[in-house]
Amino acid sequence: MSYFQDGITWLNDPLNWTNPGGLFDRLREHLVISFWAVLIGCVIALPLGIWLGHRGKGGGFVITVANLTRAVPTLALLTILPLTALGFGKLPVIVALAVFAVPPLLANAYTGLQSVDPETKDAAKGMGLSGGQLLRRVELPLSVPYLAAGLRTAAVQVVATATLATFVNGGGLGQIITAGFGLGISVGGGQIVAGGIAVVVLALLVEGLFAIVERLVTPRPLRSVGRRKVAATDPTG
Amino acid sequence: MSFLSWAPAGAPPLAAPADDGPGNPWFSWQYVRDNSDIILDKLGFHVGITIETVIIALVVAVPLAVLAYWIKPLTGPILALSGILYTIPSLALLALLAPLLGATSRVPVLIALVLYALLIVIRNALTGLTQVPGEVRDAAAGMGYGRFGRLWRVELPLALPGIVTGLRLATVSTVALVTIGSIIGNGGLGDLILGGFANNFYKAEILTGTVLCVALALVLDLALAGLGRLLTPWGRRRAS
Repeated sequence: MSYFQDGITWLNDPLNWTNPGGLFDRLREHLVISFWAVLIGCVIALPLGIWLGHRGKGGGFVITVANLTRAVPTLALLTILPLTALGFGKLPVIVALAVFAVPPLLANAYTGLQSVDPETKDAAKGMGLSGGQLLRRVELPLSVPYLAAGLRTAAVQVVATATLATFVNGGGLGQIITAGFGLGISVGGGQIVAGGIAVVVLALLVEGLFAIVERLVTPRPLRSVGRRKVAATDPTG
Repeated sequence: MSFLSWAPAGAPPLAAPADDGPGNPWFSWQYVRDNSDIILDKLGFHVGITIETVIIALVVAVPLAVLAYWIKPLTGPILALSGILYTIPSLALLALLAPLLGATSRVPVLIALVLYALLIVIRNALTGLTQVPGEVRDAAAGMGYGRFGRLWRVELPLALPGIVTGLRLATVSTVALVTIGSIIGNGGLGDLILGGFANNFYKAEILTGTVLCVALALVLDLALAGLGRLLTPWGRRRAS
C-alpha cells in the first residue's frame, strides 16, 4: 500500500493545497465549471421536460436523448467543442458538461409530471383550474421528488465528469491527476493517487449534499415516492 | 469574474483552431486512407476490451445478482455499494488503479471498466429477477423444481429481458468509457480523439475517432438487442 501512503503524504503537504494550481485553485475551478454546467442544463432541460410531461407526449424523444448522450464519449465532446465557434477556455467545457446534465434532468422532469395521477388531474380540472394553474398548483408540487432526484443525479454526474476537463486543459481537479501522470508514476504516483482521492471525496460530498437537499425539499408524504423512483431509474433505457 | 474571460492554464494554442481554413477539415478520406492500419488497430483494441469487459461483467454480475435475490438482506448493501461506486469518477478510479497495476498496461483500464459495467448488470439482473411474478415461482415449486432447477428453468429465463437490458446499457457506456483510458495510452479510439487534439487540433483524426466510437456503440447495442430477441422467442410471440 505504499502508493496509497504516497498519496496521503502528498495531501499532507500544505503547499500542494495553497500553491497556484494547487488543490484549492483546482477545486474552485472544478466547482465553478460544474455550477455553470448544471445551471445551463437546468435552464434547457427543466422547461422542456416539464412541458413534455405536462402534455404527456414525447416520451420517445426523451429516451432517444438519453441514449444518444450515453453513446457519445465525453472526451469526444470535450475535444470537439473547443474547435468550433465556441473557442477555447471554460465555455466549451461548460457546454460539454451541460449536455451530459440534460438527460437526467429531462427524464426525471418528464417522468415526474407524467406520473401525476390522472384522477388528481381530473379532479383539479373539475375544480375549474386552467392548464397553467393545474401545472403550477398540482403537477409541479407533486413532481418535486422527481425534479430533486434529477437535479441530484445531474449534479453528481457533472461534478464527476468535470474531472475530464483536464484532457483539454480545462482546469478542475482532474488537472492534478494528469499532471501526476505527466511526471511519471515513480515521481507523480503520490500526486495521481491524491488527485484521485480528492475527486472521489468531492463526488461523494456532492452526492451527500444533494441527497440532503432532496430530502428537505420533498414534502413528507411524498418521500417514499422519491425512493421508489430511484430504484426504477436504470432499466428504462 | 465572468467565465468568458478565463484562459486555459497551459500555453495558448499556436494555430487558430476555429477558422484555420480548408487545411484542417472535419473529415478527410485522405486521413482515413493514410492511417487505416492505425485506425483499425485502435478499433480492434476498442472492440476487444469492450467485449472482454462485458463478458467478465456478465460472468461475475449474474451470480452476485442471484445471491442478492436469494439472500434478501444482501440486496440493500449490494445496491448501495453499487451506487457509491458509480459516483466515483472514472478518471479518479483510473488514477487509483493505474499506479498499482502498471501505468502503461491495459489492465487498470479493464478493471475500471469491469467495475462500472458490473454495477449496471447487477442492478438490471436483480430488477429482472425480482420482477418474476410470485405465482410463477409458486407454480414452479409446485411442479417439483428445486432451488437451482427453478432458477435455471424459470427465473433466469424470465429475467433475461432485464439482463439483456443491463448488458446493452453496460456495453454502450463501456464503449464511451474506454476513451478515458487514453490518459495512459490505452483508450482505443480515445487515443485517436486525444491524439488529434494533441496533434495541433487535427480535426479529421478527432472526428474519425468519435464517429467510430458512436457507431460501435450503436452496432453493439443493436447486436445485443437482436441476441435478446433470439433468446426470448416467447416475448416476440406475445408481442405480435
